[in-house]
Amino acid sequence: MAIRSFFLFILFFSSSLSPVFSLYEDQVGLMDWHQQYIGKVKQAVFSSQRAGRKRVVVSTEENVIASLDLRHGEIFWRHLLGADDVIDGIDIGLGKYVITLSSGGSILRSWNLPDGQMVWESSLQGPKHSKSFLLVPTNLKFDKDNVLVVFSNGRLHAISCIDGEVLWKKDFEAESFEVQQVIQPPGSDLIYVVGFAASYQFEMYQINAKNGELLKHESASFSSGFSGEVSLVSTETVVALDSTGSILLTISFQDGKISSQQTPISNLVEESLGPAVIIPSSVSGIFAIKTDAVTVFIRVIGEGKLEVVEKTTHEIAVSDALSISEDQEAFALIQHASSEIHLTVKLAHDWDGNLLKESVKMDRQRGLVHKVFINNYIRTDRSYGFRVLIVMEDHSLLLLQQGEIVWSREDGLASIIDVTTSELPVERNGVSVAKVEHNLFEWLKGHMLKLKGTLMLASPEDMAAIQSMRLKSSEKSKMTRDHNGFRKLLIVLTRAGKLFALHTGDGRIVWSHLLRSLHKSEACQSPIGLNLYQWQVPHHHAMDENPSVLVVSRCGPSSDAPGVLSFVDTYTGKELSSLSLDHAVVQVIPLPYTDSTEQRLHLLINADKHAHLYPKTSEALSIFKREFLNIYWYSVEDQNGIIKGHALKCKCTGEVADEFCFDTRDLWSVVFPSESEKIVATVTRKLNEVVHTQAKVVADQDVMYKYISRNLLFVATVAPKGSGEIGSVTPEESWLVAYLIDTVTGRILHRVTHHGLQGPVHAVFSENWVVYHYFNLRAHRYEMSVIEIYDQSRADNKDVWKLVLGKHNLTSPISLFSRPEVITKSQSYFFTHSLKAIAVTSTAKGITSKQLLLGTIGDQVLALDKRFLDPRRTVNPTQAEKEEGIIPLTDSLPIIPQSYVTHALRVEGLRGIITVPAKLESTTLVFAHGVDLFFTQLAPSRTYDSLTEDFSYALLLITIVALVAAIFVTWRLSERKELQEKWR
Amino acid sequence: MAPIARLLLLALLPTALTISSGSGDGYTINGRVKIPQGLGTKGFALPGKTSNVKVILNGGQIVTYLRPDGYFSFQNIPAGTHLIEVAAIGYFFSPVRVDVSARNPGKVQAALTENRRGLSELVLEPLRDEQYYEIREPFSIMSVVKSPMGLMVGFMLVVVFLMPKLVENMDPEEMRRAQEEMRNQGVPSLASLLPGGGRN
Repeated sequence: MAIRSFFLFILFFSSSLSPVFSLYEDQVGLMDWHQQYIGKVKQAVFSSQRAGRKRVVVSTEENVIASLDLRHGEIFWRHLLGADDVIDGIDIGLGKYVITLSSGGSILRSWNLPDGQMVWESSLQGPKHSKSFLLVPTNLKFDKDNVLVVFSNGRLHAISCIDGEVLWKKDFEAESFEVQQVIQPPGSDLIYVVGFAASYQFEMYQINAKNGELLKHESASFSSGFSGEVSLVSTETVVALDSTGSILLTISFQDGKISSQQTPISNLVEESLGPAVIIPSSVSGIFAIKTDAVTVFIRVIGEGKLEVVEKTTHEIAVSDALSISEDQEAFALIQHASSEIHLTVKLAHDWDGNLLKESVKMDRQRGLVHKVFINNYIRTDRSYGFRVLIVMEDHSLLLLQQGEIVWSREDGLASIIDVTTSELPVERNGVSVAKVEHNLFEWLKGHMLKLKGTLMLASPEDMAAIQSMRLKSSEKSKMTRDHNGFRKLLIVLTRAGKLFALHTGDGRIVWSHLLRSLHKSEACQSPIGLNLYQWQVPHHHAMDENPSVLVVSRCGPSSDAPGVLSFVDTYTGKELSSLSLDHAVVQVIPLPYTDSTEQRLHLLINADKHAHLYPKTSEALSIFKREFLNIYWYSVEDQNGIIKGHALKCKCTGEVADEFCFDTRDLWSVVFPSESEKIVATVTRKLNEVVHTQAKVVADQDVMYKYISRNLLFVATVAPKGSGEIGSVTPEESWLVAYLIDTVTGRILHRVTHHGLQGPVHAVFSENWVVYHYFNLRAHRYEMSVIEIYDQSRADNKDVWKLVLGKHNLTSPISLFSRPEVITKSQSYFFTHSLKAIAVTSTAKGITSKQLLLGTIGDQVLALDKRFLDPRRTVNPTQAEKEEGIIPLTDSLPIIPQSYVTHALRVEGLRGIITVPAKLESTTLVFAHGVDLFFTQLAPSRTYDSLTEDFSYALLLITIVALVAAIFVTWRLSERKELQEKWR
Repeated sequence: MAPIARLLLLALLPTALTISSGSGDGYTINGRVKIPQGLGTKGFALPGKTSNVKVILNGGQIVTYLRPDGYFSFQNIPAGTHLIEVAAIGYFFSPVRVDVSARNPGKVQAALTENRRGLSELVLEPLRDEQYYEIREPFSIMSVVKSPMGLMVGFMLVVVFLMPKLVENMDPEEMRRAQEEMRNQGVPSLASLLPGGGRN
């Protein structure tokens, strides 16, 4: 109790209005780390500039365009386009502009290659939706201006490379025309547009590149139809497959005349292969077809004659062609062999002769090669050297040169699906602290330097030494658990199906594991990782076991696809086991019970509303049976606007006798009227949140009791019209309704309607309050509201006499079935920015005051004290309220630049913020992820329970030494004086 | 060190009409972001570096970047009310409400939402620059003296140098009595504190 009151005292002491999170510039990187990624590369273009640094420009599936250093893989510059602004093509124009075509071919932008400054932007419209192509012909000139050829939305454009002006345009309005290729033969002024019409007609348009005039239009019909893509084998020949996927059509349109040849695949390859698809490539004279098992490379010789050059059953990846001289084209081919990949570079016209053949050892955890990009350079002996950029299955990007991996980037981390944490191993005997601290002298020297730093006496060299000493302090990146709980493992699941463990100290990857269960297989065609759960967290018993996580995934995008579970050891990254389920996974409920080995019980709900218990052990079953009647959950059907509450009924009554399967029953349902309300947000409290006390002492020695229930659900609904973009509705026809629903009984504890408001709604629920962010159409500003809910049934416990006489109800049981007497308080404030994410800090014991973490539209994370969102704020607080820490009411929430958690950095493409309590009560760990990753430690009420980072031990030591010395000196003096006194 | 809010005078430029009716199904919003030189030069955000400034329409619906001269445009925008936000590290921009009117295209209707100031044309300027770091206070004697260690040393000095002075000013009679008392108790010496080393 003494400690508690001491804490409260400290809290009170430290609660001043100045921003609590604030950082000196030299403290950057001490407790935080920031990593920049780009995502899975879709397309790469090498800059051919002779002078200057070698770079490669890439576009990715995260809508990033970036310029990378070819030597080290670092990012020179990077831009993240909007979420709907998917990049269709990139290229380099005039050697100094990066051209990007995005948004389904409707936005064309040009960026300066050296610094990434946007040069121009033009919007391309067209009559209908179509494939889009971006061509940058090198020799097509128009008044000394290079011309870009863009086909998009059914229209062909010629665009100036300098300023983005449209020089001419030509529509292809024919209803059924589907463009397949746009070809600009080098050295000519012609553009060919080829495509299919009505799925059996081949169409060819020849266009004058100078003015867009249609020169020729030919068509030929093929009764067998077409399927899939076409491959361009020369500037005037394409190869396509018929609709059955068994006959190859070689179509040439030389001089505007269409001629064709049909070759059944069975003529080329003896055994039957089944339906094939063409692998798109641009190597002249060669194309590849792929069936389930084999990949066949076929050469076109002369007039539509085909010849098989290679047949392989290995996984294979082919690059586009690279012209290395006037008439020579090279391309790269990568084949997998157990733990190696074989890279071969061949000339297009000479299949058997290899320009280069290398084998590179490849980590199995990277999976298959998905894409290859080739580039050449001239060696000192004037021969050609080749380097290839490869994109792996786990989305990582590697540069291979001379049989070695020159650099690699873990860009899978740009698309994190879910995050959880794990403790590190306990420090074993034998690893002593002395190892870390070197020796006393070094330690003292370090602290002397620090002292000099704080006294501002240090020279610049000293400052640099201090900085490097702080940054590389080996303490924070050790692989063992620490006393304060700062060192943990962040376990992240990425979209590629790879699991990474990141160390919170410095953000390095401790291990990574490409989940076998998320690998494409016969049974599971397109596995998708869904969620991560803490499966086993050993602490009391079973200390020898390693902790493990549960990865829940699903075979395919629909929610009734069968689920897959895998269990991964978090110390080693080994997949312990995996289970292919025969039922779907719609909902996963971690139960608050663990078995004797600390495995958490999980309930998996499938599409037919059966509940399955995991782990499937008899011990788990007996624990579960004991708590059978206490298990409730809810489900949200946001399409239908229904929220339902469920409980368990009995064993499964189906034909299969499975004692771990249970039938469920619906307890209650809340149906929102579909014509007036649409669910946009639902949030509950975090399962592991700790609340320190239910009582809240307010001014005048009064007590309020927080209504703390784990079963509260916050639901926000908006008018269906108002669920679109901002400004698409008028304030009169738009509203937002906020509900607090008890998920056991389905009782609506609170309901409030706000008029003239619109989504998107971002909300966070903690203790007894909910904070939500939305758009106010009347004021045309964003707003944040807070709702706090208090328990009135305990309000009369304040009377001391009742306590003395035992008439209080503190010990009376709480049941959710009795109607709770609650009161709510709420208040709203303006807030400047749009939000992308919202979270709240969480600490080990819940004593420390809370901060809201707001992920703003500018990809920064702002820490805002919860006291700013206190419904008891008034314009003129009384003296007592001021003492309690109530801030005078203002209409908008302050944005204090020093309280940006991310300081001067951006977490580009921010998607989520996760907070994890450290062992030290004052501190919480914050991890923000998007395309970038950012991690820091936060102390919402300052570190009242430990010394700060820059506490000077040297100063303390010097003071003590000085004091001891002074004692001796004075003692001597007094003794001498006494002696003189005696002599006198 | 709260950043000083500087309200900037609106620079009137003769260029840039704000909204023009585009071809097809929408309108075009043209505007300009102006970051004054001199503001934020001491900071980390490089002055004049506009390549990382994003302009965001309606909370992320469309994101665009600035051209070298600071201009930006949103195309194919439906009529209605829109919100434009500027994300630039080191500067605080107010979101801007822009009304695109279907009836009279070309009419400019823009206002800063933070202070409800109307804009005659869409030139966006930061309301203030943002300083993300605390400034280290330069070394001063006071800060050392105020620290707990400083206070300890100070107290000690007071005891060492001022107490004898006080003793001197005492009445000799009282002084003798006090000394007498002290002699009776024995002088506390370090030797006497040591076990077994007491003289008396």
